Amino acid sequence: MADDIFITEETIEGADDGPLAGTTVAVKDNISTEGVRTTCGSRMLEEYVPPYDATVVTRLKEAGATIVGKSNMDEFGMGTTTETSYFGSTDNPAAPGHVPGGSSGGSAAAVAAGEADVALGSDTGGSIRCPAAFCGVVGIKPTYGLVSRYGLVAYGNSLEQIGPFGETVEDAAQLLDVIAGSDERDATTREAPTDGDSSYADAATGDVDGLTIGVPTELLEGADEGVVETFWDAIADLEAQGATYHDVSLPSVEHAVEAYYVIAMSEASSNLARFDGVRYGHDADADGNWNDAFAQTREDGFGDEVKRRILLGTYALSAGYHDKYYKKAQDARAWVKQDFDEALAEADVLASPTMPVPPFELGESLDDPLQMYLADANTVPVNLADLPAISVPAGETDGLPVGLQFIGPAFGEARLIRAGSALE
Amino acid sequence: MSDDAVSPEEVRHVAELARVGLADDEVDQFTRQFADILEYFETLDEVPEVDREADLTNVMRPDEVRDSLERETALENASETEDGYFKGPNVS
Repeated sequence: MADDIFITEETIEGADDGPLAGTTVAVKDNISTEGVRTTCGSRMLEEYVPPYDATVVTRLKEAGATIVGKSNMDEFGMGTTTETSYFGSTDNPAAPGHVPGGSSGGSAAAVAAGEADVALGSDTGGSIRCPAAFCGVVGIKPTYGLVSRYGLVAYGNSLEQIGPFGETVEDAAQLLDVIAGSDERDATTREAPTDGDSSYADAATGDVDGLTIGVPTELLEGADEGVVETFWDAIADLEAQGATYHDVSLPSVEHAVEAYYVIAMSEASSNLARFDGVRYGHDADADGNWNDAFAQTREDGFGDEVKRRILLGTYALSAGYHDKYYKKAQDARAWVKQDFDEALAEADVLASPTMPVPPFELGESLDDPLQMYLADANTVPVNLADLPAISVPAGETDGLPVGLQFIGPAFGEARLIRAGSALE
Repeated sequence: MSDDAVSPEEVRHVAELARVGLADDEVDQFTRQFADILEYFETLDEVPEVDREADLTNVMRPDEVRDSLERETALENASETEDGYFKGPNVS
């Protein structure tokens, strides 16, 4: 089998029958599984065994799925390559020697390598769509509130959603059917406005006749030439099937990366304060008082990228800087939402390359954090706007997979699934 | 680099606030990286003030007693316990 796709390989059998009977699922290792360790790719949780299941895991079991393992990820979801995992990096089955993307790299790689039929990941700023694009599979980031986050170890709660991977759009949509829906244990969930009795899987008809596609020019600027070429080929394919496209402008997205990182880091600094080695997780058992012991536990337990984000988030929220960073980032977030609302009033869906670049080589990109953050330019605006998006394989450049991202209005998943299935 | 670039003392101070111990070489590395990253964040200054129309409703449930984890289960992942409680380091 491919290297390091799973952090823990263990089979969890679901119910005897159900819509996912006979289907194998890889589950990202930040989604709680009762009795099976859940590490978040961190030394901090190397031995943590959750006493309860995440709501999505309960739903998988009830649907008859077989969970085959907990997949590798960037530590606490913080990364674009799966290389920040304490448990080592994962090779890209679709492009050996390259990263699988991140942070849900193990989940995408599991599907690409045939180690699982489908997989669950989580997407805070692109962590489902990036690895889907890099591994040549399908990934869906649902509308904020469509899928319960109960049992997902929190990183940036206002941004993240659990979502599915599949080899085909229909496979991913079928998994979305199982995990979607409100949950009294996550007060941010909502029941999607229903479209009759039809399922998400039913929407994978490939019918794009009459579909209007807006292409945000800002999301093509600075992208790799081969990626852009592959993107336009896919748009031409959709046109040939009856869709039309027009350019749109989203001036706010020029500030999306910095707004995203300020908000995500601020939320991370608060969320990860819980890891003190007392109730669960690594305990350095250090001498000294409460503060000294916590600082030692967290020095040992967290890797560089996690420390970086906790410290920058603490800085951005500290007295004197809050208005300068956090408040401005919230303004930018509201602006991004307005821009998307306006663009989606004139188009059924928006389309862009999922990632502006093809997969990095393993080890290529760890030293410069800012360069890595900039690679998220096309995915983070969607999380800031709470919208759904899908990444589907669009072709290759120099033998490396390229993904195309469709973005839709809130709870417009069916429309994205229909558009995505036209590229298969 | 802007005048606001962060100093090693500030990195140590923030690390102390966040209860994250740092080795000396980490302080140097983070000081350099934070200068770049914070300089990039400065571009948020160009963002106009935006009316935020939050369309949010509170979600409440009745305050009723419900089942929760058994005490023993809740303590299973703790490194140290005593008489059914978590045991932490000395406060001072």
